[in-house]
Amino acid sequence: MVRTYLLLAWTWTRAAAAYPASFALLLALGCATAALDLAAILIIFANTTSLGGFTREEVLFLYGTAGIAFTLTDLLFSNLDRVSAHIRDGTLDTFLIRPVNAWIQIATDRFVPARIGRVLQAAAALGYALAALDLDPRRLWMVPVMILSGVVIFTSLWTLAAALQFALVDAPEVSSAFTYGSAQLAQYPFSVYGRELVRGVTYVLPLAFINWQPGLYALGRDDPFGTPGFMRFLGPVAALVLALLAALAWRQGLRRYRSTGS
Amino acid sequence: MFGILRAYILIALWQARPGLAGYDVAQAVTFCFVTQAFIGPMQLFGGGLAIPQRIRSGDIALDLVRPAPLQLWTLAEDLGRAGYLLLVRGIPPMLVGAALFGIVVPDGPGRWAGLLAGLLLGVITSFGWRYLVALSACWLADDRGVNIASTVLTTFLSGLVLPLTIFPGWLGDVARVLPWAAMAQAPADLYLGTAPVLDTLAFQAFWAAALLALGALGTRAIRHKVVIQGG
Repeated sequence: MVRTYLLLAWTWTRAAAAYPASFALLLALGCATAALDLAAILIIFANTTSLGGFTREEVLFLYGTAGIAFTLTDLLFSNLDRVSAHIRDGTLDTFLIRPVNAWIQIATDRFVPARIGRVLQAAAALGYALAALDLDPRRLWMVPVMILSGVVIFTSLWTLAAALQFALVDAPEVSSAFTYGSAQLAQYPFSVYGRELVRGVTYVLPLAFINWQPGLYALGRDDPFGTPGFMRFLGPVAALVLALLAALAWRQGLRRYRSTGS
Repeated sequence: MFGILRAYILIALWQARPGLAGYDVAQAVTFCFVTQAFIGPMQLFGGGLAIPQRIRSGDIALDLVRPAPLQLWTLAEDLGRAGYLLLVRGIPPMLVGAALFGIVVPDGPGRWAGLLAGLLLGVITSFGWRYLVALSACWLADDRGVNIASTVLTTFLSGLVLPLTIFPGWLGDVARVLPWAAMAQAPADLYLGTAPVLDTLAFQAFWAAALLALGALGTRAIRHKVVIQGG
């Protein structure tokens, strides 16, 4: 599966490399778009020293970790959100008759390598935060773990949203509110949000495990909502459960699929 | 969805700094949902005009020989669309904001009249800007790059991301006099009553007129350009 993925992604990368000017422009514009969120954080902290009880560097740490997980998913799998267009146009049939897993084909279809710029931008923000924060080195192992489980959670969300398209047929906005909304949510400390919203994204949709719960551990902070300490380590478990659910939903969706045919 | 997240962040900021930029918490929340309501009518994410598509397909040649000026006729279309979107895409976010957080409503017919004038001028300014962006397709053929750049500038400098009133130092000074400020910040201030009405309207009218004038020049320029392409 990994080999097929790499092969397909490489094909699209070579196609993109044929237009170097366009590639550079997309890279720059992608960075500019992503930098807007960063600029918003910096402007907020030009006005205050703490937001929801967190300092600028701590918020940048949360922004960086959520950002890397989100942009990596965006780079690697986000083309799944075009499944609704494929269903409507009937082009999904082409994927289904090829002897390669449909999920991999759709995820790599029109792979955009220029999105790597946004990953680097988020990584730079995280690098700055780590350098400025002086965290406990014995807790740093959590950073790669949370990024990895973040990628799994985001990928599962995208898969769930794509699976939803089999039932809704033509509502790509629903899934983008879902996926981009979660990314937006995870950029800020959850202590700024209302208690009900945080409960919802902890126990119903496990968005709190992308970077909030594990981030509290890495930062050495207590949860302002008072959740027990063991929840800081549940990220990989939540990611695994969500991934299983997403896989199930995707298979169900594919089974329900009826070609538009003609 | 995004409006709600933005509201929470603004609430947290205003709790840390009460009275920042002359808004109280309720006004900051209202600012968030009012600007959210402007996304549709002001087309803050860009686009909304059919011109780039018609330039690429060559249909623009037909549009230019019609006995109606291209710019005014596109403007008329855009105003109609904005009026419709104000009702359909503008009211729901305000209701959500009112239900979840509570928002302030302008009092007195004077404020409402100022707001309506501000909305109209805001839509015209937004049209003026998007018309220029759309005409650029005539020289660049591919309008995607310009569109993304325009969206970045518009969302950030119109006040949609954060109120321009809290931008620090020179960035704030510059952002508040650029045309994008007339699209969301200015009408939102008219709604909240946090800016002098006549000055704000004059500022919007200046940019609306300036961008329309540039658009008129641009229309003349593409007339020559299209003759060459069509030949």
